[in-house]
Amino acid sequence: MRVTINGKTEEVSGSTVLEILRAKDVSPQMVAVELNSKMLEREELGSALVKDGDAIELLFYLGGGD
Amino acid sequence: MPFLPDSEEQVTRYSRHILLPEVGGKGQQKIGQAKVLIVGAGGLGSPVAFYLAAAGVGMIGLIDSDAVDLSNLQRQIIHQTPDIGRPKVGSAKAKILALNPSVAVETYDRRLTAENALDLIGRYDIVVDGVDSFPAKFLINDACFFARKPLVHGGILRFDGRVFTILPGQSACLRCIFKQPPPPGSVASCQEAGVIGALAGVIGTIQATEVLKLIVGKGRPLTDRLLDYDARETRFREIKVAKNPRCPLCSERPEITRLVDLEPEVCAVRTA
Repeated sequence: MRVTINGKTEEVSGSTVLEILRAKDVSPQMVAVELNSKMLEREELGSALVKDGDAIELLFYLGGGD
Repeated sequence: MPFLPDSEEQVTRYSRHILLPEVGGKGQQKIGQAKVLIVGAGGLGSPVAFYLAAAGVGMIGLIDSDAVDLSNLQRQIIHQTPDIGRPKVGSAKAKILALNPSVAVETYDRRLTAENALDLIGRYDIVVDGVDSFPAKFLINDACFFARKPLVHGGILRFDGRVFTILPGQSACLRCIFKQPPPPGSVASCQEAGVIGALAGVIGTIQATEVLKLIVGKGRPLTDRLLDYDARETRFREIKVAKNPRCPLCSERPEITRLVDLEPEVCAVRTA
């Protein structure tokens, strides 16, 4: 299945957002996720189904400034 | 008031602003009456303070409890070698006044806390986030919400930068995206992971531009979208976000109803 992750098209395995995060070795605690521009709650990640052509945004914490 | 339209010196100093239809004499007057609080006089705070001072912002507040360290000078351009050991707010104030003596500068040589945040922020019109820790960034976000003050958030690490403008109650806030800070110690700081110095200039300068747009009330603020900059690839991306109906702070049923100090990070790397 091909999805767009942070603007780049990728071939991914997994049918839910959580499975895709695991395959990419991203901890759900470390990221906010949008699926097709809709923000997902952390507890929704395991039930959010991803289909071919979907767009996922992984927003990582960015805390520096000093 | 810093901007006196009848003063030749002022008209000349701000002539390139006054020429802009979006600013003009009226906008420059608004800039001269504006009060902006910069939290953190470091990597982001340096370019923000310089550009706001150059622009003639009437009053600039600076809050930071640190002293200038040799390792700051790679990116914190408002501080210079002879400033090492000096409180950052004093060092920054001197540079602001050298650049533009008509700016009123208030310095607070302390940390922003749940105790002092609302009082301090309440004295200003707009707040700029230039701090280096997640608890501080969330505290600023929450305080600006309670005080109803626009906030221009910024973040930098390694080669990555982010800017995000928040109009409390109207647009998405930091907690609409990230409900809480990351687990302590889970995300590196600039001190641990490094940061390319000029990145602070890119992100801080965008923050300063956002502030000036908010003051003159022109253009489209960077609300409900994150601007992420990848300096490795020289790529900017805009990520649309929206006010979250389940936001613990700014939704209709908030879990957070007063300001509290968040736990300091375990590997607490104070400033970078």
